[in-house]
Amino acid sequence: MSIDIDTARRVAHLARIRVQEEDLPALAGELSGILTFMEQLNEVDVDGVEPMTGVTPMRLKRREDVVTDGNMQDKILKNAPDAREGFFAVPKVVE
Amino acid sequence: MSDALNKMTIAGARDALRKGEVTAVDLTMSCMTAMDAAGALNAFVHKTPDIALEQARAADARIASGEAPAMCGIPLGIKDLFCTKGVPSQAASAILKGFRPEYESTVTSKLFDAGAVMLGKLNMDEFAMGSSNETSTYGNAVNPWRRGNDETPLTPGGSSGGSASAVSADLCLAATGTDTGGSIRQPAAFTGIVGLKPTYGRCSRWGIVAFASSLDQAGPMTKTVRDAAIMLGAMSGEDAKDSTSAPIPVPDFEAMLTGDIRGKTIGIPREYRMEGMPEEIEALWSQGAEMLKDAGARIVDISLPHTKYALPAYYVIAPAEASSNLARYDGVRYGHRAKLAQGDGIVDMYEKTRAEGFGPEVQRRVMIGTYVLSAGFYDAYYNRARKVRALIKRDFDEVFAGGVDAILTPATPSAAFGLGEMKDADPVQMYLNDVFTVTVNLAGLPGISVPTGIDRQGLPLGLQLIGKPWEEGELMNFGQVLESAAGFAEKPAKWW
Repeated sequence: MSIDIDTARRVAHLARIRVQEEDLPALAGELSGILTFMEQLNEVDVDGVEPMTGVTPMRLKRREDVVTDGNMQDKILKNAPDAREGFFAVPKVVE
Repeated sequence: MSDALNKMTIAGARDALRKGEVTAVDLTMSCMTAMDAAGALNAFVHKTPDIALEQARAADARIASGEAPAMCGIPLGIKDLFCTKGVPSQAASAILKGFRPEYESTVTSKLFDAGAVMLGKLNMDEFAMGSSNETSTYGNAVNPWRRGNDETPLTPGGSSGGSASAVSADLCLAATGTDTGGSIRQPAAFTGIVGLKPTYGRCSRWGIVAFASSLDQAGPMTKTVRDAAIMLGAMSGEDAKDSTSAPIPVPDFEAMLTGDIRGKTIGIPREYRMEGMPEEIEALWSQGAEMLKDAGARIVDISLPHTKYALPAYYVIAPAEASSNLARYDGVRYGHRAKLAQGDGIVDMYEKTRAEGFGPEVQRRVMIGTYVLSAGFYDAYYNRARKVRALIKRDFDEVFAGGVDAILTPATPSAAFGLGEMKDADPVQMYLNDVFTVTVNLAGLPGISVPTGIDRQGLPLGLQLIGKPWEEGELMNFGQVLESAAGFAEKPAKWW
């Protein structure tokens, strides 16, 4: 599978990473190279094999559905690049 | 003696501390002196002398009271991937610049509860994505080893390159590492130290910056196998904060180092004999098998037929999980936010922040992960890779069910290479460093890298032993037999 420039642009946008137009050809080339390496997986007969979800056969742990933590607004906002009046602040989302 | 305190092992320091021959403060001061004189290695990237001295004083008081766990008073370096309360924890990424967690990772909490001392944070590849420590926002960590008199700076390996460099150069007694595809074992092999990746679920992942959650596992990087056993005991255990941490009791690993491996069976997988592998590594591998045989183990040839598909499967699964895990770096809750232009909206903020904050290798892997998870390709790449992963695990299950107790392989396909030597190689060439180690992560097994030889250039080489799930104790027993038989005692000549 080879990735063209349009696909590279689309993937970069899906990943929310800004890639300059002039860098797209190189990116497409690199991604294609890696995907070609992955093509080897097509040689393997995987008929009837269940995809592996975890390494240890273990039922996901459950616990009581109760509040165990909280009341730490200051700590949660402490590392925010922009926090105001107890909220994370971001550029305007709704017009 | 005081100038050599930083060269002690954990076991040696523990015994000396308990006998009152040294103090934790002296040990810590000795390491800090070594650390401050080793700027050229760029191993420690955030030093925490105040925390270290406070912890060392508390450790001395605890030792004096007669109640001291094995790790009490032991100075450690902590990989930057671990969140440490109030101390920069950046995963070597610009996107986490300035981030000071309000909490402590479970593994570091356990170590500190046991009395361990933190000297500072250690360099690594950005988000643990790399095999040479060259993707770090802090710049390269440097291997204390050199090729004889050749001054070419060498990689300490990656991603736990700072940890490996610091332990090898005696800047600390031991260090924490993490291993997603070989990130503990490969740097350990490149620097002549011991590195253990435990069974997936042995150590809690809570508070460790996530790369690929189904593969990531923390482990000790130490000077000896005995030290790995001591330190793993303090790092392990079930944690309510990590649903994948296993409810399995933690044994006394050190007590399991009996040195007796008579009647045990060691498998030699034929698929690990790679074309183009240096003769010296091939020879070392045979010698390792002889050593285990001389100690009474039976050596058998085994087959792990899906080995060649491990790397491509890994490079689908790990980036897929990374693209999901790294979605949290959006410039909202912590770390870097790009400076926005007039009229920029929230999508511009995400895209500019992530373009500025992530380095090229991280961007590449996030985009590959995004692609293999995107509609139309999910089955062709991601689900297929997960099925191949199940087959790789089945290979191991069958070998162990057939009576094999552990598997011996080379740790790396080469000795440490020069920093920058792989600069023009395509990314896949760099990925080949993990060829002997990734299978272990995919199958969730424990693996240990033990220094066993020196190559013609004067660089250390390691062998890897792979164990059965939850049998780290037995695995380290094999490791210690190999360690004593090889008698590896070389240290890098000090140039830094």
